Amino acid sequence: MPQVSTATVHDVVVVGSGAGGGTVTNVLANMGVSVLLLEAGPMIGISDFKEHMWPYNVPHRGAGAKGQLYFNQPTGFTYSATFGGSQIEGEPYTVAPGSDFSWFRSRVLGGRTNHYGRVTLRMADYDFKPKTTDGLGFDWPISYSDLAPYYDKAERFIGVTGSIENIRSAPDGIFNPPGALKAHDVLVQRACAKNGIRAVAARQAVTTVPRNGRPACHYCGQCGRGCTTASNYAASYVQIFPAMKTGKVQVVANAMARELMTDASGKVTAVSYIDKTDGSEKQVRCRTVVLAASACESARLLLNSKSSRHPQGLANSSGKVGRYLMDTVGFSMSAMVPALSGMPHYNSDGYGSHLYVPWWMWDRHKELNFPRGYHIEVGGGYGMPSVNSFNGVVNRVEGYGTPLKQAIRDEYGTSIGLSGRGEMIPNEKSFCEIDPETKDRWGIPVLRFHWEWSDHELNQVRHMQTTFRAVLETMGGRIATGGGRGGGRGTAAATGMGSQPGQQAPQTGQSGPQTGVPTVPGGQPSSGGAGQRAGNAAATVPISRGGAIIHEVGTVRMGDDPQNSPLNKFCQAHEVRNLFVADAAPFVSNADKNPTHTIIALAWRTAEYLAEEMRKGNV
Amino acid sequence: MSEITRRDVLRRLGATLMATGVLDRVSAQEVHHLALAQSGTNGAYTPKALSDQEYKTLVRLTDLIIPVENSKPGAVAAGAAAWIDMLASENSQLKDIYTKGLAWIDAEMKRRASSVFVSATPEQQTGLLDLIAYRRNSTPELDPGIVFFTWVRRMTVDAFYTSEIGIADIDYRGNRPQAAYAEPTEAIAYALKRSGL
Repeated sequence: MPQVSTATVHDVVVVGSGAGGGTVTNVLANMGVSVLLLEAGPMIGISDFKEHMWPYNVPHRGAGAKGQLYFNQPTGFTYSATFGGSQIEGEPYTVAPGSDFSWFRSRVLGGRTNHYGRVTLRMADYDFKPKTTDGLGFDWPISYSDLAPYYDKAERFIGVTGSIENIRSAPDGIFNPPGALKAHDVLVQRACAKNGIRAVAARQAVTTVPRNGRPACHYCGQCGRGCTTASNYAASYVQIFPAMKTGKVQVVANAMARELMTDASGKVTAVSYIDKTDGSEKQVRCRTVVLAASACESARLLLNSKSSRHPQGLANSSGKVGRYLMDTVGFSMSAMVPALSGMPHYNSDGYGSHLYVPWWMWDRHKELNFPRGYHIEVGGGYGMPSVNSFNGVVNRVEGYGTPLKQAIRDEYGTSIGLSGRGEMIPNEKSFCEIDPETKDRWGIPVLRFHWEWSDHELNQVRHMQTTFRAVLETMGGRIATGGGRGGGRGTAAATGMGSQPGQQAPQTGQSGPQTGVPTVPGGQPSSGGAGQRAGNAAATVPISRGGAIIHEVGTVRMGDDPQNSPLNKFCQAHEVRNLFVADAAPFVSNADKNPTHTIIALAWRTAEYLAEEMRKGNV
Repeated sequence: MSEITRRDVLRRLGATLMATGVLDRVSAQEVHHLALAQSGTNGAYTPKALSDQEYKTLVRLTDLIIPVENSKPGAVAAGAAAWIDMLASENSQLKDIYTKGLAWIDAEMKRRASSVFVSATPEQQTGLLDLIAYRRNSTPELDPGIVFFTWVRRMTVDAFYTSEIGIADIDYRGNRPQAAYAEPTEAIAYALKRSGL
């Protein structure tokens, strides 16, 4: 295969442009360091976003150009800012027998930050030392105080809503003013209080005041379709576009990294990539490389960088690359709340969730049969009608004509959804490795996933079930049977399509797999059990499928001991001094805090460390 | 992009956004969106997937599913059948479901009333729908009709409530820029009173 290698040696080559790669690129560019950024997907522009569009502005209205929605197939997300999915043509992955795992990938500048839920939570002090706390899992090689300054920087830069609450499980940050609570939020907050649970303003990566040339949020509710004013955070328009204006950044789109090339000293000298536009293989030479391709892609790249000197892959003498893969424990339940029926309509859009529930039992583990904890994300309101919005009510009431229409009207906006997002304990049975047989369309060996939830996670979901039911019933809610799949907007899942009436339909893909905002479009409760996955011993517990919450972390973890951790405490490979990892791969645990904020803070710290090491001539 | 459209955009955005200095960035995008919005769903539509007869039957079914209500327009005005036909023209599996389903409807109506569906009386039409609109009426004979009606009903509801008419009908008030997120005091008072919280 012809290889094109330019003579230029780039100071830093960053692989991947999501939260980690975007942060590294922006921070380095602002420090005057030049960056070559490889992105496996296309470039993106503001005009690619669908914010402010109405469903009738797209011919298929979000059902997919060929109506894929109705056949349980990916719709292509042509009506959201989501790009990619768990199935990408020509880029498969495999799952070991007995495992169940779904791997969502975005191939586009900005990656998943273009559409994600924008939940922005700091890890708590104890989250960095879980093994010390309860003997399970592993401690991070850093403490809260190491990362806190970078959480500060990230919050000042991005803009995060929130309120000062002094809750140990949810460290306060530098917040901008949150939006007022919505009507359903007030019910949730009061119902939680009656159950001894405190609900507070949501912490969302949305600036509600003008910031760095970005106008304040205009509360149109379309965060998941990409923000044309860049008022919410996405790596593309908040970090990479501004960084490009410094003249320090060169973006190479459609560049699928294949392998890291090393010299006899073991240092990375170049990144080999496939130019997807013509299938050719190219190389860029580098002084340092930062992997931010997403946790599993970064692991894959290291494992595929095999040579006689590195038979297990690069930076993998420990054998831990790919190990300790974690996702978030997900479970959702929604209810139709009669108190909301007939309520005077109002514009409830805002910026997604305005309320959330931090973990409230961090000091009461003796009362529980599981370790760690979870937070609750709140959904509801009068969402923009979209395809599938009313499928739940339609299938329940059936019929046709004015009674059907009245039932839809009565139920619109009456649904409240609660989504639990909890901590998974790393285990030996959940990991990814290179599949010995399968290659992608570019000839790159693919990942094979192994996955197993343990009783820790299953018991946590049982606790979510009990808790959510109590809260929803306190407000008079009528529980939709069992609750839906944990994943994001899965509460929209409903029964009724397919070859037989009443057969369960999959989640709609049209809203995008937004991970943080359990919006209930159109306000129907979820139908019972739709889309739930149960693997292993999980048969009776409606836990989310592995990977479904799209919080996969771990796989190239940090640690002080090179024997069992590929990276040191600066996310630098123990064995390869000019190799850094800046996505969620370095995570040692997966606290009940959505990972993006920690990815950004960690990447920021890594970028500063890298720049300083370069200045000193150490790398 | 015409100046008129651009002015529409500026008017829509309003003074609140001007104050924030965001207008230039937003307006270009709004123009882009408005241009896409010009393709209306009203007016004559020539079916692409279905025959004229099939299409007429589909239009009548959508009319029965989301009818005109107190002179408020329904699925016909919202172009539901056109949208379904458009998708069916892009998907042979969907087209097959509709051609076979509509054939079943006509055959069943002929068996019952010696007439195709569109020529039957409204009472005869609703008489058939009263059977196939409910899973509880499942029999081997009726099941093809029940399955098909589930498809038509779901897609008609989707088409209607994603149309301009349907969005107005359901009284969705969002998807527009606001200067601030106002506390919905009236709604909160209503919900609290009714919930007893």
